Amino acid sequence: MLIKFSKKYDTKPSEITSENNFLTRRRFIQSSLISGASLLSPLGVFAGQPTNNIFSNIKKMSFGANEKLTSFKGITNYNNFYEFGTGKTDPAQYSHLLKTEPWTVEIMGMAKKTGKFSISDLIKPSELEERIYRLRCVEAWSMVIPWVGVPLSSIIKRFEPNSKAKYIAFETLVDKKQMPGQNSKFIDWPYIEGLRMDEAMNPLSILAIGLYGKPMPNQNGAPIRLVVPWKYGFKSIKSIVKISFVENEPKTTWNQLAPREYGFYSNVNPNRDHPRWSQKEERRITGESGLGALFTPKIKTEYLNGYAEEVAHLYKGMDLKQFF
Amino acid sequence: MAKKTRNIYKHLVFVVCLMPLAWLIFAILLDTIYQTQLMSVDPVQKFDRELGDWALIFIILSLSIRPIAELIKKKELIIYRKIFGLFGFFYVCLHLIAYTGLNLQFNMAGLLDDISKRNYITIGIIGFGLLIPMAATSSKKVIKYIGGRLWKKIHSLIYIISLLGVFHFFMMTRADFTRPTVYLIIILILLLYRLATKSKILGQRPLLRK
Repeated sequence: MLIKFSKKYDTKPSEITSENNFLTRRRFIQSSLISGASLLSPLGVFAGQPTNNIFSNIKKMSFGANEKLTSFKGITNYNNFYEFGTGKTDPAQYSHLLKTEPWTVEIMGMAKKTGKFSISDLIKPSELEERIYRLRCVEAWSMVIPWVGVPLSSIIKRFEPNSKAKYIAFETLVDKKQMPGQNSKFIDWPYIEGLRMDEAMNPLSILAIGLYGKPMPNQNGAPIRLVVPWKYGFKSIKSIVKISFVENEPKTTWNQLAPREYGFYSNVNPNRDHPRWSQKEERRITGESGLGALFTPKIKTEYLNGYAEEVAHLYKGMDLKQFF
Repeated sequence: MAKKTRNIYKHLVFVVCLMPLAWLIFAILLDTIYQTQLMSVDPVQKFDRELGDWALIFIILSLSIRPIAELIKKKELIIYRKIFGLFGFFYVCLHLIAYTGLNLQFNMAGLLDDISKRNYITIGIIGFGLLIPMAATSSKKVIKYIGGRLWKKIHSLIYIISLLGVFHFFMMTRADFTRPTVYLIIILILLLYRLATKSKILGQRPLLRK
């Protein structure tokens, strides 16, 4: 009898890119090359180009590149972004109120260089990369998203944080007019997230400015957001206006709201259930709706969302059930 | 009111009570054919939530029939208490089936795990368990058989059940407690009204006495 032991990182048949997706990707890469030739700025969008313009010179990375992507429609119509309301479709409905130009990000704290920077100041010196990552929400659903961004480490290095900088904290914009969900007092705005410095410096951590080769849709955290794919989705903070290098563990939003349910680390961990539901499995949101989506088989949730090879060493000697 | 007209109303209400289910089925079929997102890209969750919500709405409707009938002095309305109550049970059953079948995909070990470990599911399942004797004793034949007294005792469970249902809703909510809060307030008002009429603060209304 032939028994096949599949490795953790093996691609499951269900995750292989469909021909349609593959062709779309080819077309996208071709057209980005064409548009790249016609634009002087490597970041056409920030040079005031219409928002349907696509980036040029995106380096392709291999992380999870063979997985079937969640459709653009799916990614942009099913969001947790409480700044626009707690419903899954509220962000798609209200995020047009958010004005992402001009936008500045303030860098502060224990670093040599601090100050306010535009998005292109932040991003330009680094090479744009496409990273296809799984996104596992703490609510037990997941997507596969082709982000466009730069390694967080490349940005951090430029500001030269000093040895006191043990953690990095991020803040989302606060503006009730642009983010009507902030009228709710349920969260003590601004939304705050944070990472340990070595987590932030890990090559998997990126700051993303787009997805599917397009500038970041507002409902997904325009103009710039964090993506840390081995942690539950809420760690990947959206619409960032402040980044600070700090000495102590930042008081992050969900951790403060319900410390028993959401830890500071919030690493994807099928062995540590959320008190109110199991984290052993997840529903993969493909973007398809209807009966197909209703009867999609659940998939097993992987330890560290399948990125153990890249990040497990960060937690050596730590009991992740205690430091969840 | 003539018996015939009353019967027509009864059938009409019956059909209206089926509308939420009809809409959910219609919506998922439309989504399938046209790739609309009426039931979102995560219809499993949507089915869970919608069915649970309708279960609570029908239970609350059932609870409010007697006070309404008393206040507007329309004794004949009382038949709807049973219809709404049974539909509440119907939607609770569908809610449980959707959770077990669609969400857990019949992972029965997972269901037992949920029931034993997660308070809000424990509470939900107790509520479901308490609804069974109520549903089982709703026909006239059974009422005659077990006697009005016992029937009354069994059916006063509905206050506990509705509170269990609303706590179940509260405890599973991650953000935005508006809906469960509204439901809780309505239930508490109905409960207070009932206690007040019972202790004759508002005066005993002879509605249900033969």
